[in-house]
Amino acid sequence: MGVTQPLGENIITTSLDSLVNWARKSSIWPMTFGLACCAIEMMATGAAKHDLDRFGIIFRASPRQSDCIIIAGTVTKKMLPVIQTVYEQMPEPKWVVAMGACACSGGIFDTYSVVQGIDEALPVDVYIPGCPPRPEALLYGLMKLQDKIANEKNSFGSSIGLGDRLEPAA
Amino acid sequence: MASEIMTLNMGPQHPSTHGVLRLVVELDGEVIQKITPHIGYLHRGVEKLAEHRTYHQALPLTDRMDYLAPMHNNLGYVLAVEKLLGLDVPERAKLVRVIMAELTRLKSHLVWIACHALDIGAMTVFLYAFREREMVMDLYEMVSGARMTSNYFRVGGLSRELPAGFEQKVQEIVDTFPGHFDTYEGLLTKNTIWLQRTIGNGVISAEDAIDYGISGPALRGSGVDFDLRRDLPYSGYEDFDFKVPVGENCDTFDRYKVRLVEMREAVKIIDQALKRLKPGPILADAPQVCYPPKDSVYNSIEGLIHHFKIASEGFPVPEGEVYMAVENPKGELGYYIVSDGGNMPYRMRVRPPSFVNLSAIEKMAKGSMLADLVAVIGTLDIVLGEIDR
Amino acid sequence: MAENNRAVVKLKERYADALLEYKEHRGEVTVIVKKESVLEVLKFLRDDLRYNFLSDLTAVDYLGQEPRFMVVYNLLSIPNKDRIRVKAPVTEADCSIESATALWNSANWLEREAFDLFGIDFKNHPNLVRILMTDDWVGHPLRKDYPLQGPDREPYKGRLS
Repeated sequence: MGVTQPLGENIITTSLDSLVNWARKSSIWPMTFGLACCAIEMMATGAAKHDLDRFGIIFRASPRQSDCIIIAGTVTKKMLPVIQTVYEQMPEPKWVVAMGACACSGGIFDTYSVVQGIDEALPVDVYIPGCPPRPEALLYGLMKLQDKIANEKNSFGSSIGLGDRLEPAA
Repeated sequence: MASEIMTLNMGPQHPSTHGVLRLVVELDGEVIQKITPHIGYLHRGVEKLAEHRTYHQALPLTDRMDYLAPMHNNLGYVLAVEKLLGLDVPERAKLVRVIMAELTRLKSHLVWIACHALDIGAMTVFLYAFREREMVMDLYEMVSGARMTSNYFRVGGLSRELPAGFEQKVQEIVDTFPGHFDTYEGLLTKNTIWLQRTIGNGVISAEDAIDYGISGPALRGSGVDFDLRRDLPYSGYEDFDFKVPVGENCDTFDRYKVRLVEMREAVKIIDQALKRLKPGPILADAPQVCYPPKDSVYNSIEGLIHHFKIASEGFPVPEGEVYMAVENPKGELGYYIVSDGGNMPYRMRVRPPSFVNLSAIEKMAKGSMLADLVAVIGTLDIVLGEIDR
Repeated sequence: MAENNRAVVKLKERYADALLEYKEHRGEVTVIVKKESVLEVLKFLRDDLRYNFLSDLTAVDYLGQEPRFMVVYNLLSIPNKDRIRVKAPVTEADCSIESATALWNSANWLEREAFDLFGIDFKNHPNLVRILMTDDWVGHPLRKDYPLQGPDREPYKGRLS
């Protein structure tokens, strides 16, 4: 081994980013926040066959305990202020997953009452297409979110006053 | 001591309101004095949108209303349009529709039992019921390519022939599901916690149930012996032999028992339909309405033009109005369609069972404890997509 | 035919001057009555002819025709297992009708919805406020002159335009 281990064998040295990103991506706690049809597929993903728990993804009922919000379904103009409130209640760092065609773009509901995509109001990290997306698609989307978290540069360091956050190259 | 009324806001983001229902509850201690439901958080304008779509294009919108029972929504819609057209569908299409509709009933009731039990604290049932639900989902996927929003029926019949291996898969469900129902009953029916949370909860008498317009299992749980499948039959239900369960005590436990028997009866109906299934046409002989067979679309110019014409222009429907109701897992799902003779519905009204059932929530939960409200929401088996449309 | 229907026969006897029209289409009987007597007719149908279940209450907007709105009641008789549809015309100038909540509690929400989406005023309704749209919503979306995508958006004209 090229790296000497001056502190003994039970200690691993690593960078702050790797440690924090590893911890964050391995314990994404999304909110149980179902809006429409997609919520049922989200439930199916959490249930016996697909089992989200194996990724460390555990649904939390309170926004205060969550770091990810899955917008699972159609967002209406009546619902939008509620979603924004819930999002603001979540502690940093937080990620948004737009699940399904309605959350991505309004889907087939191009009507007077439907918000044409949640990205009009929230910063979306992952878009998952489908109407509704299959559980596998949701799993893939969440794994993409994990990749994104793993590539963050100095997001924790900047929050405790160690320099600036670096945006990773796309 | 002076008592003070506390107002508690429940929802629209709440894990046990089954979606985006919001209830403003006024409490005296733990006792519910008043409930004000607020709905409309999922109002997507389906009825308005359908007025701007041709009859075939309006079909996918119906899937997304009661998304726990999409094929029932399709069924009610295609039956209403067929009634308006005066169109008769072939026997095989009718039988497949019955099979799919009853599979849908299983699927919907499985979600009901899963969520209802989860809300009251029995998490094991949730995992089991969703495991079984995947079997029905696989069948959905086989016939339509989609797990939830199936869009399988067509005006005049079905969109495609059943895939190979379908019947064996259904037979597997017929053989294994009664055993699974025994498991749920073993987990719940004699479970003390379950009994204490459900017996005497959410009582509504037969007269009140009719007055409030409650339909489906909730109506039968209150002792009214009425089922649209038996009493105003559609799609060939008159030829099937099945029991209609009726409750006695009008409470959550009776509605639970009614739904469990309904699931067992659904399996029997599927079994009977499967035995009678014979090869035959799946679309009515009505070229002005139905899509041509794929073979002719790919291989002849006439077939292609025919397909293109129906896909783009749709078909005209004679002037008139019909109200067609089917027995959705939640209750009476009615389609009131008005046609002005054009290729789009002039007005498509959906009579949503959950909407009407939910309006009785104050009647059912007033005077009980706050925690019992969750059981009442569960027993009503509401779907917000259909309430708000 | 419609004139042989038991309800139509009775209604012709008792409410001859309130009955505007009756017809049968695809096996469904529709009677159109004056809106002043609709509550009386519904009460008669409920109590004497046992149409005890109000399946549905809604409205249809016939823009350009007079009267503009039709309030539609779909009744079901649970004991007799048959249906009847009662319709009452409502003009745009006097856009109101008596509430059926006195007869059925199920009419409560259904009328609120018709009020919300069509702007029909149901007199003597206990709580006639919007139900699906927000309280401050302007307009009634299911009216035919309300644009599908809302008044504040340029309508989508398709990819080719």
